[in-house]
Amino acid sequence: MWKLIRHGLNGNKPLPRMWRTHDLKDSYDVVIIGGGVHGLAAAYYLAKYHGITNVAVLEKRYIGSGGSGRNTTILRSNYLTPEGVAFYDESIKLYENLSVDLDFNVLFSQRGHLTLAHSDAAVRTMRWRAEVNQIQGVNSSLIYPDEIAKLCPHLDLSEHPRYPILGALYHPPGGIIRHDAVVWGYARGADERGVHIHQLTEVTGINVENNKVISVQTNCGTIKTGMVLNATAGWCSLICDMVDVKLPITSHPLQACVSEALKPFLDVVIVSGSLHVYVSQSDRGELVMGASIDPYQSYSLDSTLGFLESLSGHMLELFPSLSRVKILRQWAGVCDMTPDYSPIMGFTPVEGFVVDVGWGTYGFKAGPVSGKRMAELIATNRTPDLIAPFYLGRFEDGALIGEKGAASVGH
Amino acid sequence: MILLTCPNCGTRNVSEFRYGGEITKRPNPNTATQAEWANYLYVRKNVLGVMPEWWCHQSGCGQWLIAERHTKTHEVLKTYVWEARPQE
Repeated sequence: MWKLIRHGLNGNKPLPRMWRTHDLKDSYDVVIIGGGVHGLAAAYYLAKYHGITNVAVLEKRYIGSGGSGRNTTILRSNYLTPEGVAFYDESIKLYENLSVDLDFNVLFSQRGHLTLAHSDAAVRTMRWRAEVNQIQGVNSSLIYPDEIAKLCPHLDLSEHPRYPILGALYHPPGGIIRHDAVVWGYARGADERGVHIHQLTEVTGINVENNKVISVQTNCGTIKTGMVLNATAGWCSLICDMVDVKLPITSHPLQACVSEALKPFLDVVIVSGSLHVYVSQSDRGELVMGASIDPYQSYSLDSTLGFLESLSGHMLELFPSLSRVKILRQWAGVCDMTPDYSPIMGFTPVEGFVVDVGWGTYGFKAGPVSGKRMAELIATNRTPDLIAPFYLGRFEDGALIGEKGAASVGH
Repeated sequence: MILLTCPNCGTRNVSEFRYGGEITKRPNPNTATQAEWANYLYVRKNVLGVMPEWWCHQSGCGQWLIAERHTKTHEVLKTYVWEARPQE
């Protein structure tokens, strides 16, 4: 804030650019495809922890234009599988220190996260999740309607709704964050350490010789490199096609919307798996709402009326008092869904081509830890233990993760 | 919005249909290797462009059909039943 005031009194010079533009060099040690939170975090941690700064981040549009700028900014680590809990918990811890680490306010608000249970079976699952979480040191517990009413009095907690609320998994460290700030902070941090960020640079081909990556073709020229990281989320299949790496991934649109701004009334994140809805109130007062992925494969970023209709209906089942509230904006992102709702991270059969893909509907909350661990993988040329369960070959080995608690809705 | 033409019921909104995904060819389960079987179960082409895919007219007559649909523009080129598929 003081910086802003000082700047205001300082004769209106424009603020310095947070990252610079460079000409594409002939060669880089590491080329990261995808300028979202995963790609930029990987570049940042490569430079910060491993001293590898001859790195290019290639983004076909502007940074943060994909899933990183289209998600509903919810962070949590109350997953169901031990692999998932350990992984996302490290992510939340990195997020907690991110403002200090990046010297950039990412507005992380740990306001508490409630996953509602509408049936006896769901209550049992919530208890299971709470136990898995607690044994790993993650703050998470099962609460009942009397306590829910204290946290969120606006919910319809009566017996009347089609899906009455019987309990909830309460996860106090969960919350929301300013997603653009995370992207910009990582971009600035990486840029300061010498990483080149190339926007409007689309990868058109990857050259492989003797099963080893030798160069990357873009619309701005060819880059020699021996190491490529694919961090392109919804479009990852198209990049992997270039090196003939086959993925068990389908791309689906995920839509979200915001309401008009309201006075602050909702200070927790509410998620309901049965009703396919998650909602939080942003600092501007808008209700940020999302649902499950569209049920068919698509790369389209179009919004549909069907989504808005079903989401609004479900919202009103939870919050009948919002019936007069207007929707302001609606958008979609593309999610790369895997069969077991867990990501694919690590080496591929092509030497020098590593992937950080399959992030489905839960990629944003894992940005920092993925970046950190993928940077470690690239720098040390071995897979860190934390991400070892997410290897590409698990589908052939039958070692699927089965993270049903991963996407909060859609199961 | 996607409109699909069911061979029995005519053109209907996509919300009446259940998605069945890409058409995949099942290898012989008695002779397939682990890799071939995993490939059949999990690996998908995830095409950006026109792709033949399964749909079922779930809220209508229940017919399984194939639609050739563009995965970005959502243009549906044609729909047909399995028996009427183009021969390879």
